[in-house]
Amino acid sequence: MVKTGGMYDLLAEHPFFAGMDKGRMEVVAGCAMNERFEAGQYIFHEGESADKFYLVRHGMVALEFHVPGREQTVLDTVHKGEIFGWSWMVSPYTWSFDARAVELCRLVSLDAKCLRGKFDADNSLGYDLLRRFIPVMAERLSAARMQMIDMYGQPPDRK
Amino acid sequence: MPATAATAATALPADPMVPVPYRITRVARELSDTFTVDLVPARGKAPFRFAPGQFNMLYVYGVGEVPISISGDPADGARVRHTIRAVGTVTDALRRLKKGAMVGLRGPFGTPWPLDLTEGCDVLIIGGGVGLAPLRPAIYEVLNNRDRYGKVCLFYGARTPDDILFRGELEKWRGRFDMFVDVTVDRATGRWAGPVGVVTQLIRRGGFDAYHACALVCGPEVMMRFAVPTLNEIGVANDRIFVSMERNMKCAVGFCGHCQFGGAFVCKDGPVFRYDTISKLFNVREL
Ligand SMILES: Cc1cc2nc3c(=O)[nH]c(=O)nc-3n(C[C@H](O)[C@H](O)[C@H](O)COP(=O)(O)OP(=O)(O)OC[C@H]3O[C@@H](n4cnc5c(N)ncnc54)[C@H](O)[C@@H]3O)c2cc1C
Ligand code: FES
Repeated sequence: MVKTGGMYDLLAEHPFFAGMDKGRMEVVAGCAMNERFEAGQYIFHEGESADKFYLVRHGMVALEFHVPGREQTVLDTVHKGEIFGWSWMVSPYTWSFDARAVELCRLVSLDAKCLRGKFDADNSLGYDLLRRFIPVMAERLSAARMQMIDMYGQPPDRK
Repeated sequence: MPATAATAATALPADPMVPVPYRITRVARELSDTFTVDLVPARGKAPFRFAPGQFNMLYVYGVGEVPISISGDPADGARVRHTIRAVGTVTDALRRLKKGAMVGLRGPFGTPWPLDLTEGCDVLIIGGGVGLAPLRPAIYEVLNNRDRYGKVCLFYGARTPDDILFRGELEKWRGRFDMFVDVTVDRATGRWAGPVGVVTQLIRRGGFDAYHACALVCGPEVMMRFAVPTLNEIGVANDRIFVSMERNMKCAVGFCGHCQFGGAFVCKDGPVFRYDTISKLFNVREL
């Protein structure tokens, strides 16, 4: 049997998994891996295959968008206690932005292929995880809308 | 309610409709469209008393008059400090004035941030854009009396790193051991090493005792509309959230009705409102 004790503890500490049934968390821990990225290091690039999602345990990750001829634009930052990456759930399963460690980051990655296998075996586990993802996605969408409306900008007739 | 420094300072001036001439003694550029002016009375030297959150009506001769919050330290009676963003006719005219120029001033007016009621609580100060200016006197006051408050957290959101107001002071406050400061921007390039995202996301990340916290919120109305539910969600009730509202003003003393907001007048019943007293109006369009 794969020993998941350490991973289990890391998941149990993370707010994303708060209140998850112990047995389920042990199953998820079997797909988890500890990762470390130095400041400035890229975690993934746009267009690469999205085969994981990440929990931030320590540090700050910048989600960036590259527009040719312009400087990298940071769309959002993700912090301790938060998660990023849901392209693994949506076809064509490729990242739609870059992720860069702004400072030393300690992350837990969850392997998408491994998780999908577990979901096939236990649909309720997939449902549990989806219920955790949806509020995070909704919050990010609402934040992105607020960023888009340029609320601190000058009145429209001055722009 | 016992008379505190704040309630004493909120007494109306002798003739609130007559502008008193003030001279500009200093102009400092803060951002591309935002500047700070220091004013002293052209005649006499009576110290100017105000409570954090109050505003003055500034009159540019021959152009017009606008409400502007006081952004200086309430402990400094020697000068009146305002931080102004140029957005139109009068604020553009104010921006063109140089040191030595005269303006008319009426005030101070309006309700203050309730810093006496927040004593003993964790204080969350949430600002967006130029909304940090009306909050700055409250920050000074809290820091001048630091032992009266629990944890003090300042969450500030700006458009880009170049639009961060009072950057030097934010850095200084951040360096203190008794205050938590976090700043986010809506958009940035890779050179910015701080958070990117909306100010409501900072609120979720701040480590404070939500059930014993009071929040002072000032910024664009849309920002406040999103900040309040976030505060509610983490446990800060509406009767412990205070917001500063803006409406067009004329008289500033509750006569003309220009600043009407539902049944309230922003000039006299506000600009600082306890959120539960206005929550029903907050999402009504065209108010
Ligand atoms: C109680 C109170 C305190 C205030 N404190 C400050 C302060 O400390 N610093 C500061 O810079 N401003 C402050 N304001 C806002 C300031 O009063 C207005 O920006 C000013 O009245 C605009 O007048 P204007 O003649 O320059 O612009 P106008 O020519 O009247 O308007 C030009 C454009 O600006 C828009 N506009 C008008 N008012 C605002 C506003 N409040 N916010 C965004 N766009 C606006 C108009 O819709 C129009 O598109 C405060 C307002 C109130 C009610
Ligand atoms: S400005 Fe006249 S009533 Fe408020």
